[in-house]
Amino acid sequence: MLNYIWFGMMAISVVAGIFTGRIDAVTEAAISMSKVAVEISIGLIGIMALWLGIMKIAEASGLIRIIARGLRPITVRLFPDVPVDHPAIGSIVLNMSANMLGLGNAATPLGLKAMEELQELNPKKDTATNSMVMFLAINTSSVQIIVPATVVALMGAAVSQIFITTILATLASTITAIVMVKLLEKMKRFSVENAS
Amino acid sequence: MIESIVGSLNAGSKYIIPLLLVGIPLYAITVKKIKVYEVFVEGAKDGFTIAVRIIPYLVAILVAVGMFRASGALDLLLSLLAPVLNLIGFPPENLPLAFMRPLSGSGSLGLLTDLVNEYGPDSLYSKIGATMFGSSETTFYVLAVYFGSVGITRSRHALIAGLTADAVGALSAVYICKLLIG
Repeated sequence: MLNYIWFGMMAISVVAGIFTGRIDAVTEAAISMSKVAVEISIGLIGIMALWLGIMKIAEASGLIRIIARGLRPITVRLFPDVPVDHPAIGSIVLNMSANMLGLGNAATPLGLKAMEELQELNPKKDTATNSMVMFLAINTSSVQIIVPATVVALMGAAVSQIFITTILATLASTITAIVMVKLLEKMKRFSVENAS
Repeated sequence: MIESIVGSLNAGSKYIIPLLLVGIPLYAITVKKIKVYEVFVEGAKDGFTIAVRIIPYLVAILVAVGMFRASGALDLLLSLLAPVLNLIGFPPENLPLAFMRPLSGSGSLGLLTDLVNEYGPDSLYSKIGATMFGSSETTFYVLAVYFGSVGITRSRHALIAGLTADAVGALSAVYICKLLIG
């Protein structure tokens, strides 16, 4: 899937670039974005270290287990193949809480920690498990209940009107994500054996 | 009523991170007698390896997205789709943002800024745009970073599910705004 989309995007870009006369811009974008990708990754080191350090303390003190237990009724349904006491559940819950509160800086390190813990349960290391796909889909659909600070700054007083609409729209997209993952994971073409 | 809720939520959110940074070690050191400094450093070590592991995946995705944006392919696609989506009540003004949102965070913020500058924050277009922006994530980026960090290359149904959710989110943003505000 990603193979076709990735190649398709680049192929379409080159063809479209030739037609629109923007082929120079396409080349320029390829080079500059590869630089941006490295800058983003390197820029993550500090914030990753900070939150992974704090997470380690939360884990060692048993805080994560307490949080994971509290939300067990929900997580058991969303991630049935993760054992209830597995540390991944704690990280998943913390990642979602950070996302809901609009703490993007904290959410990413917590999410990557969750991925690492989910990977420990994965028998086929290059292929996503059902739980990983569920976790990713919930993350990409955004479960934010606080309007992003950038939007607040842009919209000014009008922001109070989009508070409710944002929550409703995000609810719709998150429910769609969960339903889609549950439906598609049973399909043969998306099975672990046929994975692409 | 709503203003005060929004206000206090946003005012409160700036205290969350400092409280966590102090609260978690406080619980660990007082209740569990944990050597917080040593444990922190132990955990923080992983920050470097994870960040570096993401690089190849992020280069792959961001280069493809960057080329796509620069090529004008998106504009061509939008000019084809606009009349069709207009039929179901999707304003053409909000279409670029809907397609940019899963591709690029900075790109979609730029488009939202354009909308607000062009039509003003009180216009329905801006409100639909802001709702779209706040109710969705940069799907391609999240996929590259999350799966890349553990070396997953076979993503199975993740992208389809994510993009469907984005589409439903964008459509919901339009209809919910029209219903409640418009």
